[in-house]
Amino acid sequence: MSRFVERHPAWALIAIIAIAIVLWMIFAIWPPGLEEAIGRKRVFLNALFNGITLGGLYFLVASGFTLIFGLMRNVNLAHGSLYLFGGYVGYAISASTGSWILSFIVAFILTALVGVLLQVIVFRRMEGQDLRQTMVTIGLSIVFADLMLWACGGDFYQIQTPGWLIGPIELPLITAIKSSGEPVYLRYPLVRLVIFVASVVIGVAMWLALNRTRIGMIVRAGVDDRDILAATGVRIQLVFVAVFAFGAGLAGIAGVVGGTFQSLSPGEDIRFLLASLVVVIVGGMGSIPGAALGALIIGLAEQLGSVYIPTYAIVVTFLIMVLVLAIRPQGLLARR
Amino acid sequence: MSKCSVGLLALSSLFLSGAAIAQEKIKVGVTATLEGTYTVLGEDGMRGHQTALNVLGKKVGNKELEFIVASTDATPDSAVRAVRKLIEQDKVQILLSPLSGDEGIAVKNFAKTHPELTFINAASGAQETTYVDPAPNFFRYNMDGAQWQVGLGKYAYDEKKYRKIATVGEDYSFIYTQVFGLVLEFCGMGGQVTNRQWVPLGTKDFASVIAALPDDVDAIYLGLGGADAVNFLNQYQQAGGKAHLMGGSIMIDQTILSSKGNAKNALIGTIAASGQADTWEDPGWQKFVKAYQDAFPPNKRFPSPSLLATNYYDSTMALILALRQVNGDLSNNQAKFREALAKIELDAPNGKIKLDSNRQAIGTNFVTEVVDDGKGALFSKVVKVIPNVNQTLGYDPAVFSKIGLPSRTVPECKKY
Repeated sequence: MSRFVERHPAWALIAIIAIAIVLWMIFAIWPPGLEEAIGRKRVFLNALFNGITLGGLYFLVASGFTLIFGLMRNVNLAHGSLYLFGGYVGYAISASTGSWILSFIVAFILTALVGVLLQVIVFRRMEGQDLRQTMVTIGLSIVFADLMLWACGGDFYQIQTPGWLIGPIELPLITAIKSSGEPVYLRYPLVRLVIFVASVVIGVAMWLALNRTRIGMIVRAGVDDRDILAATGVRIQLVFVAVFAFGAGLAGIAGVVGGTFQSLSPGEDIRFLLASLVVVIVGGMGSIPGAALGALIIGLAEQLGSVYIPTYAIVVTFLIMVLVLAIRPQGLLARR
Repeated sequence: MSKCSVGLLALSSLFLSGAAIAQEKIKVGVTATLEGTYTVLGEDGMRGHQTALNVLGKKVGNKELEFIVASTDATPDSAVRAVRKLIEQDKVQILLSPLSGDEGIAVKNFAKTHPELTFINAASGAQETTYVDPAPNFFRYNMDGAQWQVGLGKYAYDEKKYRKIATVGEDYSFIYTQVFGLVLEFCGMGGQVTNRQWVPLGTKDFASVIAALPDDVDAIYLGLGGADAVNFLNQYQQAGGKAHLMGGSIMIDQTILSSKGNAKNALIGTIAASGQADTWEDPGWQKFVKAYQDAFPPNKRFPSPSLLATNYYDSTMALILALRQVNGDLSNNQAKFREALAKIELDAPNGKIKLDSNRQAIGTNFVTEVVDDGKGALFSKVVKVIPNVNQTLGYDPAVFSKIGLPSRTVPECKKY
């Protein structure tokens, strides 16, 4: 951090000013002039929070994708199918048992198993052949999509939110002052906050596991140089299978999350594959903090865009991607 | 050489046999949105189509009707692709297509490139399809989105005393047309529409849209359908929304009213208008509902047919009755068949339907209110029945043409 400030004092200043402005916009009571110019504070705060929580969902999908890419150099274009598969499994479990938590566990385990099969049956056979892997996973994603369409139909499914998560809660953020002088607090859907907190916890846990444990050390070493790591006696294939299973399982969990606050239907697989591709391109392929930053930027761009420039909202995410590719093609937080 | 001629002979005999089969059968292509946001609507449309075949049969004179179904996803290019496939590969002679607004405009334009075939609109309801530069071989037996809103603005203003409303709708032609009908009538009464929000078809995350809904209005009008409507209601419930709601024709419809989960309960008491009402007591309607219910097991259908099922039923009915009038005669570029189609008056389950000079339906409209039947199922209850609604909504055609075509901002909120 301090090195960044030393090297780029101007950029650091701009970043600090931007953060200060955003903080002021969150906590201060807006003067009437500002409300007239860009709308009510409640709308802004909601869009901001929605962007962050949507970023949490994107992070869950994209972190598995980037982890797999970082270690194995596999571009797994069937990642979106794993997302949708996890969602359908979650729906089946929550509809039959009524337990939301259980649906996460089962979705994680089953999608992780599919991930293991993919790694053992498909990727191990074509290690180091990028183009073949890409083609095979595109093919697989089409096959999976049709299989799921056959099994679940074209209907849309929604995983029932548990009773204790339905409805909004009041946050200690003042959005306006009534004429009587009484403050109006921000009301925000509880389920989105819970999902966001969960994705932060998963993100931090992943970072700790990668940076503070022996397994994490092996994975990081594998990212840097697979061959040397294998030469030191680590059973690299086992590590690959474990990482692939974990990454796939995360996609499955994300499917349950997506099915809870959005909905599941054919086509969602492609949407989330595209979203995670954009996220990792912006953040930097193979970097977990990069995936977090990318997910946050894309989530915010989508939500703020849908409120303030609805006509062009769809373009904004791709504009960001183009900008990043033009200025810093390796991604914002890529190490190399 | 001899090999080649044998091959040619085999090939030509193949074609001849194909022609022989075509003589006994009349091929009809059907499209429905069986993918994407409007999947549920397409599926129920096909149920309505099947119900019509059960009731009327597939025989026309000594010919048999053969139906070939193609799937679309509510985008215009998917509809044109499906129609083209039906014409070029399956060699259909008549089309029953399409389901959704933007698809309708695209298929109408495509119909002009095939003047030898006849197109019967299945359910699409954009105004432009038959109002602007209509195709002579395109017939629409359902009303457009604006006709389906007739009566709603007046009811909201007079009975519910709403004075200021805001709208949220999907960003495409059918919903433009619906909002057009609503705004014309509501603002004509003296009401105000303060805000019109448009969201892309297939939006998943409505949280920011919900947050941007204004508080200082009497009601919020929702022009959403299929998965979008369910997503909206689900997130509206999570956000704790409590405003009075008004609904468009595919928002207050069995496709939404019988969706899973309890988010739909936000719709109880919502007023809406549409080309049908679930609880109408007319014997023709009740007979249709019974036929629909008998045709499918309860878990494979809605408790009562949706607007899409009714539209597909009506258009299939027009197709079969007109073909029977001309005894299946499709000669001379289907001229006789088209004449019959233009003249036919349908005694449809949702009221009498006849066509105007643009081959657009004049029909009956219903103002409704959503009620709970006491067992947890929601239905639309009839409040008012308005017969003989035409495409210019009772306005003088000259005045109507000055309003402009439905879009994000047209019509303005004023009395025309």
